[in-house]
Amino acid sequence: MTYTARKPPLARSSDQLRAQIPGWGVDLDPADRPAFPQERYDPDATGAHWDFPERQTAHGFRERSIEHEFLPPVFGTSAPLHGVSGAVRRFAYARFSEARAAHWLLLLGADRIDSTGAHLRSLATLRPDNPISETGIRAELTHHGLSSRRGNRVDTRHQWIDPVLVAGPWVVGATIAVKAARRIARTKARATDPA
Amino acid sequence: MKAMVYRGPYKVRVEEKDVPAIEHPNDAIIRVTLAAICGSDLHLYHGMMPDTRVGHTFGHEFIGVVEQVGSSVQNLKPGDRVMVPFNVYCGSCYFCARGLYSNCHNVNPNATAVGGIYGYSHTCGGYDGGQAEFVRVPFADVGPSLIPDWMDDEDALLCTDALATGYFGAQLGDIVEGDTVVVFGAGPVGLFAAKSAWFMGAGRVIVIDHLEYRLEKAREFAHAETFNFAEHKDIVVEMKKATGYLGADVVIDAVGAEADGNFIQHVTSAKLKLQGGSPVALNWAIDSVRKGGTVSVMGAYGPMFSAVKFGDALNKGLTLNMNQCPAKRQWPRLFEHIKNGHLKPNDIVTHRIPLEHIAEGYHIFSAKLDNVIKPLIVPSAG
Repeated sequence: MTYTARKPPLARSSDQLRAQIPGWGVDLDPADRPAFPQERYDPDATGAHWDFPERQTAHGFRERSIEHEFLPPVFGTSAPLHGVSGAVRRFAYARFSEARAAHWLLLLGADRIDSTGAHLRSLATLRPDNPISETGIRAELTHHGLSSRRGNRVDTRHQWIDPVLVAGPWVVGATIAVKAARRIARTKARATDPA
Repeated sequence: MKAMVYRGPYKVRVEEKDVPAIEHPNDAIIRVTLAAICGSDLHLYHGMMPDTRVGHTFGHEFIGVVEQVGSSVQNLKPGDRVMVPFNVYCGSCYFCARGLYSNCHNVNPNATAVGGIYGYSHTCGGYDGGQAEFVRVPFADVGPSLIPDWMDDEDALLCTDALATGYFGAQLGDIVEGDTVVVFGAGPVGLFAAKSAWFMGAGRVIVIDHLEYRLEKAREFAHAETFNFAEHKDIVVEMKKATGYLGADVVIDAVGAEADGNFIQHVTSAKLKLQGGSPVALNWAIDSVRKGGTVSVMGAYGPMFSAVKFGDALNKGLTLNMNQCPAKRQWPRLFEHIKNGHLKPNDIVTHRIPLEHIAEGYHIFSAKLDNVIKPLIVPSAG
C-alpha cells in the first residue's frame, strides 16, 4: 500500500520466479555484476602494456576540442576536413568548447554543407547520387511497406516529414535555380531588345 | 574494399574504399565477417549527430578475423577470430584504469565528453566502422577478444554492444530482489535489459513500446508484462496504476534520441535537430519511477541540450545512472550466462542483409518495416 509503509505485494514469490524464469537471480549478489560499482580501479585488467600510448602520426591538420590539453595519442582518420564544410568545422573546434551550443550548431551546419556539396559534386561524376538506391526506398515494395504500418504505431504520424526533409532542399534549390535562370534570360533579352 | 558510406541524411551507399592501414603500432586490421545496424546508427543516418561527415563508414557492432597486426601487438595474430567492443579505448588513461572504458581520454580528439566509438561520427573520434569488408581496430591488445570456440558468430556480435548495453543498463538500475523494473523501449537494448533485470532478482518486469510486434517479443523473449503506450492516454498514469500508485523501483530508458510519443519533442529533435535528442522516454522514466527510485539511461542522446524534466528528478530524490557501456567489462559474466543457457542473444535477430543492400537495411530499420528488431549486415569478403 503506497499510503502506508508496506510495499504493494508482488504476484509471484522469488521461488516461483526462480522456477519460471531462466537465470532468475543469478546476479542477485552485486558482487556478481561486472559493472558494480561502475568505477573500479584496476589498471592491470585492460591488457595495456604502456603507461601512455605511443603517438599516432598526424598527416596534416587534425582538429581537436579546445577542452583537450593536446591532441590525444590515437585518433580516427575517416574523413579529414575539406572545403567550406571543413572551414566551418575548423572554426567550430578552434573557437567554441563543447559546452557551447554554437560549437554543435556549427558542426551540424557544416554537415549540411558537406552533404549538399557532395551531392552537387556527384553530379559531375560517373556515379551521381541516386535518391532511389541510396535511400533504400525500394524496401517499401519488398519488405511490407504498407502492411508494416498498420496498427497503432505513433511513428507513422511523423514519417510523412521524412521525404519532405530529403527532397525539400532539392525542390527549393531547383526552384531557386529555375527562377534565377529565367531572370537572367529576361535580363539578357531586355538588353538585346532594340526596342 | 566495399564499405558503406554516408552521403547525407537518410542516404547511404556502398563504395569502393582503400583497405585501412596500420596507423599505430598497436593497431590491427580486421576482416569483418559480420556486422549489425544499431538503433543508435539511426541517429547518424537521420543526420542528428553533429560532425557526421560524408564518406564516413558507420558500424560499431562487428566481429571478424585478424588480417594484420601492428608491431607492438602481443595478444592477437592474423587468423584469430575476434569480437570487438564498440568502444575504442587505450586501457591506460585515468578513466580506463578505473573500468570506464567508454570514457577513454586518449582516443577522441574531437570531444572530451565522449570516448571513441567505431563508425560513430567525428564527435566520437572519427573512426571508420565495421559496416565494411575491413576495419582498423586501434589498441588491439586492449579491445578485441578471441571469440570462444563454443560461441556462434551472431551471439558474439550481439555481445559487442546491444547485449552488453542492455545488461549494463540493468546493472545501473541497482536492482534488488523484488524490485519492479520498467523498461521503456522494446528494441534490442530494451529486450536485453528486461531479460537481464530478472538475473538481478527483479520481482516484476514491464516493457513499454508502441510497436506491437516488439512487445510480443518482449513477452516471449524477456518474459515481461507489456504496455503499448499508444493505447493509453497517459502511460505515466498507467505505470502508477500498475504499481499500486507507488511507481516503479527502477526504470530503464532504452529508447534515446528519437523517442516517439510526443510529436513536438520528436519533430524538434529528430527532424529539426534543435535538441540533442527527444527526451520523451526519459521524461516518462522520471515520472514513472517511484520517489527515491533509480533511472538508468541506456538510450543514446546527442551532445546538444534536451528538454529534460530535471525538476521532477530533483523533487523525487531520484538516482540517475547512465553511461555508454564499457562492453568488454561485461563479457566474462555474459559468456557464462550464454553458456549456461540463461539467454540466447540471437533470438532477437530478424534480418540478415548483404552489405550491398545496406541502404535497404537502413530504411527497413528506420521505418520499422517487416517486424524488424535487429538487422545484421553480412559483408561479402570471403
